[in-house]
Amino acid sequence: MTAVLDVLAAVALVSGGLLCLAAGIALVRFPDLLSRMHATAKPQVLGLLLVLIGCGLRLRTAVDITTLVLVGAFALVTAPVAAHMAGRAAYRTGQVRRDLLVTDELADHPPDAP
Amino acid sequence: MRAVAVCLTVLLGLAGALTLVRILRGPSVLDRVIATDVLLAIIVAAVAADAAYHRDATALPVLVVLSVLGFVGSVSVARFSTGAAPPSATPSPASAAEPDR
Repeated sequence: MTAVLDVLAAVALVSGGLLCLAAGIALVRFPDLLSRMHATAKPQVLGLLLVLIGCGLRLRTAVDITTLVLVGAFALVTAPVAAHMAGRAAYRTGQVRRDLLVTDELADHPPDAP
Repeated sequence: MRAVAVCLTVLLGLAGALTLVRILRGPSVLDRVIATDVLLAIIVAAVAADAAYHRDATALPVLVVLSVLGFVGSVSVARFSTGAAPPSATPSPASAAEPDR
């Protein structure tokens, strides 16, 4: 049982690390802010949750798992808000590459001048 | 578990280095904010992985503090960053005096 939990924890931890590496590569290679934001949400939510699950599977005490659940819940609540603020600021200040957009639903409703 | 620790060190180290490249190269403040968010997520993952490797829960409250600090920092910078103004936008006193964003 202990060995199984350790293997599961190892798989979760390495998966989270791979997602972090994917975000790092995407940050260097992707062309503009919005596409980078698309890639950076992965370690911030899924990667973080996987690492926390792996950590909880290794620690296995109620107090530690409660702390980890708190961290995960906080990440789930705050990541969309932070991404929304950054994306809105980017759009309103014209830092979005419009030639890369497939559709722009805000095009008919131009925002106020920044 | 040692192999997993080595693997995680390489993965997270590479990810952090690539993120630092983006923080250095910019080009805008928002790019750096996004990259700093990712760097913070990588740091949280590293601290959690360290706690998992040593079975030592001492560093877990640090994770809570780090997530709070990262959220507040990125939101406030994004809120107040105007960045480079688009070339067509002419600054008018009305829009400058009304920071309702």
